[in-house]
Amino acid sequence: MSRILATGLKAPPRHAPRKLATTADVVQLQRMLTHALVRPLTRDEGLQEKWLDGRPMAEVADGFIKSNDRLTAFERLQLYNRMYWFRLLDVMHDDNPGLRALLGDRKFVKLIEAYLAKYPSRSFTLRNLGSRLAQFIGEQPRLTAPHTALARAVARFEWAQTVAFDAGSIPVLTAADLKLTPPSRLKIALQPYLSLLAPGWPVDDYVIAVKRRDALRTEASNAVDSARATKRRRQLPRPCRGRIYLAVHRYHNRLFYKRLERPAFLILAALAAGRPLAAAVAAGGCGLRPAQVSQWFALWMELGWLCRQE
Amino acid sequence: MPANRFNGHTDYGIGIGLRVPHYSHILEKKPVVDWFEIISENFMVDGGRPLEVLDDILEQYRVVQHGVSLYFGSADKPDRAHLKKLKALVKRTQTPWLSDHLCWGSVDGTYTHDLLPMPYTFATAKHTAAKIRMVRDYLEVPICVENVSSYAEFHVSEMTEWEFLTEVVERADCGILLDVNNIYVSAQNHGFNPYAYVDGVPHHRVGQMHVAGHTKFEKYILDTHDHPVLDPVWKLYAHATKRCGVTATLLEWDDKIPSFREVHDEALKANEFIDGAKKAPRRK
Repeated sequence: MSRILATGLKAPPRHAPRKLATTADVVQLQRMLTHALVRPLTRDEGLQEKWLDGRPMAEVADGFIKSNDRLTAFERLQLYNRMYWFRLLDVMHDDNPGLRALLGDRKFVKLIEAYLAKYPSRSFTLRNLGSRLAQFIGEQPRLTAPHTALARAVARFEWAQTVAFDAGSIPVLTAADLKLTPPSRLKIALQPYLSLLAPGWPVDDYVIAVKRRDALRTEASNAVDSARATKRRRQLPRPCRGRIYLAVHRYHNRLFYKRLERPAFLILAALAAGRPLAAAVAAGGCGLRPAQVSQWFALWMELGWLCRQE
Repeated sequence: MPANRFNGHTDYGIGIGLRVPHYSHILEKKPVVDWFEIISENFMVDGGRPLEVLDDILEQYRVVQHGVSLYFGSADKPDRAHLKKLKALVKRTQTPWLSDHLCWGSVDGTYTHDLLPMPYTFATAKHTAAKIRMVRDYLEVPICVENVSSYAEFHVSEMTEWEFLTEVVERADCGILLDVNNIYVSAQNHGFNPYAYVDGVPHHRVGQMHVAGHTKFEKYILDTHDHPVLDPVWKLYAHATKRCGVTATLLEWDDKIPSFREVHDEALKANEFIDGAKKAPRRK
């Protein structure tokens, strides 16, 4: 029997309440059902046969759900269990095309099931469902072995795209702001939608290639069923190692990935860490040409990345 | 009830759900549509493209907010940060009313993202109504609660679903978004008479109706929103319209979404039944 250690969800009662007289009774019933829903499906996509304490699931379901002339309580509960997993797997499937391509469908689904069993959604919106996936990959390396570090880098990159798509923005830095405060004291924030990444692989090229392949597959799949199309899917080679520096951002509400030079990345990372302007520029390393640094800052201001730190 | 206090005294006609595959068609062709229903959660973000699209739509169309995550029936208290975001969106859209479901879906801060059926008891009705009042007072907008489609019932239930719906809306003094397709789906799954349901709810509280397609399986029906509306649902809609009066109506089509034209044409079929209801004297 696999015991779920879902973060944040309290243990269910041994038996569902027979009467709902108080809010506490309602909580117990809702915990019971939620635990049943979030349990991973069996290999043939069914409800697990045993409950958390080892009792037959059919007996537990009968304790709080009615059967009817067509479906048992177990089967009715199974409908909800399936809908829960199909819905969440669909969302993760759509949000992580690169990770899915990297791991293959079976391994991807196993990873996501384990992830959501440990970290069920704690947000009202499905938008945040993948927010802890990269962290989880690090916590459970066996699920992505032998490509754990690459899988983590791809997951981080794909989450950064969600952030770039709809995170908030704050007022941009103006030339007047730069004039009013000396560089030694001036602190510059970065836009909340901007993510700085330094993966050890060209994950941007890889995910672009995956999306291009999947787009072609969609166009080609009108005349064939999806199962056959999946079989014919061309395997993409895994990216070769190579450190890159990336900014994932949006411009005029369109998503972009921008490669950065290492010193530029270090300056931006120092700004993001809250260091004053002069110290951040120094973090870029010695020997930087002032003209080059000015050019970078001009571009970053034009892109709207730099903001006043309130 | 064409216009009542539960739909902000508006007289909206037939609307459709605003969905991503139709964005470019709507923004470029500007088709004539009575109103759009948006899923609130899709726009409860801090920036970016979703809000840009919404603002463009708001410039030209009437928009009503429909939510999927307030979970009035969850035992958890409403989340302040969630409500704050929702209120900001209400101010942005100027929605005349706001709807969400009579269901639960979260416990201990864990979300299932499903619309789970309620145990139909007086205790849950009282708790749910109090939560609806709290949310309405905070958001300062009329609220309509929608009946959900369901596939399971609880032993602890003390009344029928429509009695429970009535108990909740009377206690909360709120409106009803009567989803006719959901009534039909649940009636088939649980073996009750859908007409008794429609007849049993307080008609003066119905501020909006939903119609949608569903999928029939051997032992149950699923509320899939991926088909045109089926005949038994249109018949039930005609009955509901005779009972409640001509009410703002929305077609939901959320999966295998066809062209904008096809969805809109399907929604406009409601006019046939509305015309019939207008000719017939309203039954008390």
